[in-house]
Amino acid sequence: MTSQIPALIIVVPLLAALVVSLAAWIRQSLCFAAALCAVLAAWISAILVMGRVINQGVITYRMAGWAPPWGISWHIDHLNAVVLILIATVALINLIATRSTAAREFEDRPGVFYALYLLFVTGLMGIVITGDIFNLYVLLEIASLSGYVLLGMGSGRAAVSSLSYLFIGTIGASLYLFGAGYLYIATGSLNMADIAAILPTIEQTGPIQASFILCLIGLFMKMAFFPLHTWLPNAYTHAPNSSASLIAPLTTKVMIYVMIRIILFVYQPDFAFAQMGIDRFIVWLAVIAILAGSLLAWKQERLKRMLAYIIVSEVGYMVGGFWLGNTAGMTGAVLHILNDAMMTLCLFLAAGALISRVQADAFGALQGVFTKMPFSMIAFVAGARSIIGVPPTCGFFSKWYLISGGMEAGHYAFVAALIISSLVNVLLFFRVIEIGYFEPFDSHHPENGQTTREAPLDMLVPLLVTAGLLIVMGFYANTLVTWIVKPAISAATMGGL
Amino acid sequence: MEELAAVFLARYNYWGVILLMGIGLYAMIAKTNMVKKIIGMNIFQTAIILFYISTAAKYGASIPIIANGHGGHGPGIRAADYMNPLPHVLMLTAIVVSVATLGVALALAVRVYWNYDSLEEDEILNQIKAGQLNRK
Repeated sequence: MTSQIPALIIVVPLLAALVVSLAAWIRQSLCFAAALCAVLAAWISAILVMGRVINQGVITYRMAGWAPPWGISWHIDHLNAVVLILIATVALINLIATRSTAAREFEDRPGVFYALYLLFVTGLMGIVITGDIFNLYVLLEIASLSGYVLLGMGSGRAAVSSLSYLFIGTIGASLYLFGAGYLYIATGSLNMADIAAILPTIEQTGPIQASFILCLIGLFMKMAFFPLHTWLPNAYTHAPNSSASLIAPLTTKVMIYVMIRIILFVYQPDFAFAQMGIDRFIVWLAVIAILAGSLLAWKQERLKRMLAYIIVSEVGYMVGGFWLGNTAGMTGAVLHILNDAMMTLCLFLAAGALISRVQADAFGALQGVFTKMPFSMIAFVAGARSIIGVPPTCGFFSKWYLISGGMEAGHYAFVAALIISSLVNVLLFFRVIEIGYFEPFDSHHPENGQTTREAPLDMLVPLLVTAGLLIVMGFYANTLVTWIVKPAISAATMGGL
Repeated sequence: MEELAAVFLARYNYWGVILLMGIGLYAMIAKTNMVKKIIGMNIFQTAIILFYISTAAKYGASIPIIANGHGGHGPGIRAADYMNPLPHVLMLTAIVVSVATLGVALALAVRVYWNYDSLEEDEILNQIKAGQLNRK
C-alpha cells in the first residue's frame, strides 16, 4: 500500500477538484472542507514520500504499472521531494489563510475557486513529480490554465492582465513543446532518465542544441526572467488576493525547478555548461534581471506591485545562482527556491491582510497601520527581513550561498548585483515600514479610524506560522542543505563539476 | 543554388512550420484586436502540432496497424514499413490542451469586453490610462 503513495500526491487533489465542483451544488460550505482534506492528504503524502527518499533513495513509480521508457514513470529524488513538500505547504497555509478573503472575492461560486485551486496544485505537483518530458508539458498547461482563470477572476484590469499573461505563457509552453519535439526526434524517447542515457551516446549537434535553447527560452518566459517578465507585475497586481498569494510564491519557483531538472537530469551539466558555453552569458542576464527588478520595484507606489517586481529580481537570483555552475551557487539556487516561496507567501499574505482591512494598498493608505494591525505587520517585517537577507531569517543563508558561489566562480558582477539588490530592498521595505510605523493612522483615515482593527484570526494564525517558518528554516538551513539540497545536486553533478 | 534548393525542398515540412509560427507570432505581436491575437496564438500552437505530425511520416510507410500481429505468427515486422504512431497520440493531447487554452482565452476576452466595451488593445489601454472603468 505505501508503495502507491506517490500516485496519491496527484490523484487525490485531481479527484477532489471534481468532488469540490460537485459539492458546490449540494452545499457551498462543503467546498472548503473538501479542498482542505485534499490538500492535507497531498501534504501528508509528500512528507511520507520525502521520508522514503531519505531512507531508501530515489523512487521510480510506474504509473499503472507500465515499465519506463514506454509508460509514464514518476521519478522522485531529494530535489523534487522537497519541492513537493514546499508546494503542499504553501497551498495548505494559503488555503486556510484566505478562507474569508476567498469567500468575499468569490462569493457566488466558491466551488469554482476551490476546484481551480486544486487543479493548480495538481498541475504543479505533477510538473515536479513527473519523469516524462511530454507529461511535464501537459501538467504545465493544467497548472497554467487554472492559474490564468484564478488570476483573471478579479475585478477591473484582472481579465486584461490575465489575457496578456495567457498569450506569453502559451508561447512559452509551446516553445518548450517544440524543444521537447526536437529532443524526441533526436533520441526517440520521452522519458527523462532514458533520454539522459541516450544523449551522451549520440552526436550532440543541431537538433539537441536547438531543443535546449527552445526549452530554455520557453521556461524563461514562464518563470518571468527579465526581459520576459512583462506579464507578471500586472497579472499579480490585479488578481484576487486569495489567488495571488497562491500563484505568486509557486509558479516562478516551480519553473526554476523545471529548468534545474531539465538541465541537470536530461541534458546533463557536461552538455549544458561545457558544450553550450552560454553559462556566463546567462549569469550576465541574471545580473541585469536582478538590478532591473530592484529598480522597477523602487518606482512602484503600491505594495502588491512592488512585491511583484521583487519577484522578478528574485528570479534573477536563482537563475544566476544556478548558472554559476558550481556547487555553492546551485545549493544557493535550490535553497532559495524553498526560502523565496515561503517569504513571498508571507509578504503576499500580509499584504492580503492589510488590504482586507485598509481596502487599499497604495503606500499612502498604509499610514499608521502598525498601531492598528501589530501582528500582521510583525509578520510583514519578518518577510521583509528575509527578502533583504538579515540573519537569522532563511533569506540570509541562501543569499550567503549565492554570494559565495559568485565569488568562487569569479563572477563579481553577480555578487555586486546581489548586494546592490539587498540594499535596494532595505530602502524599499523601510519606506513601507516608515509610513506604517511613524505616521499617525487617523490623519489619513479620519472616517474609519475606529473600525480598522487586526486581521481575523483565521488569517492571522497562518500568517504568523509562515513568518515563524522563515525563522525556523533559517535556524535549520544547515540541516536542510546537508540532508536535502546537497544530495539533490550531487546526484547529477558527480562527474561534471 | 541548386544545393540550397535541395535543402529547402528536402525539409519543406520544417519551413512550413516556421512560416506558420511566424504568422502566429506576427498576429500576436502586431495585431491590436484581442480575438486576432487569440487566432494568432492558435496558429502558433497548430504549427507545433504539425511539426510533431510531420516527424512521424516515413517514405512508403503505411498506417501502424499490424494484421495478424498477435502471437507473432505473421511475417517479420519492419518498423520502417509503418508510420510512428506516438507523435499522433501525443498531439491528440496537445490538441486538447490548445482547445482548452482557446476556451480560457475567449472566456477572458468576453470578460474584457464586458469591462471595456472593446476588444481593441489600444482603446482598452486608453481607457485604463483615463481611469474610466465603465463596469457593467
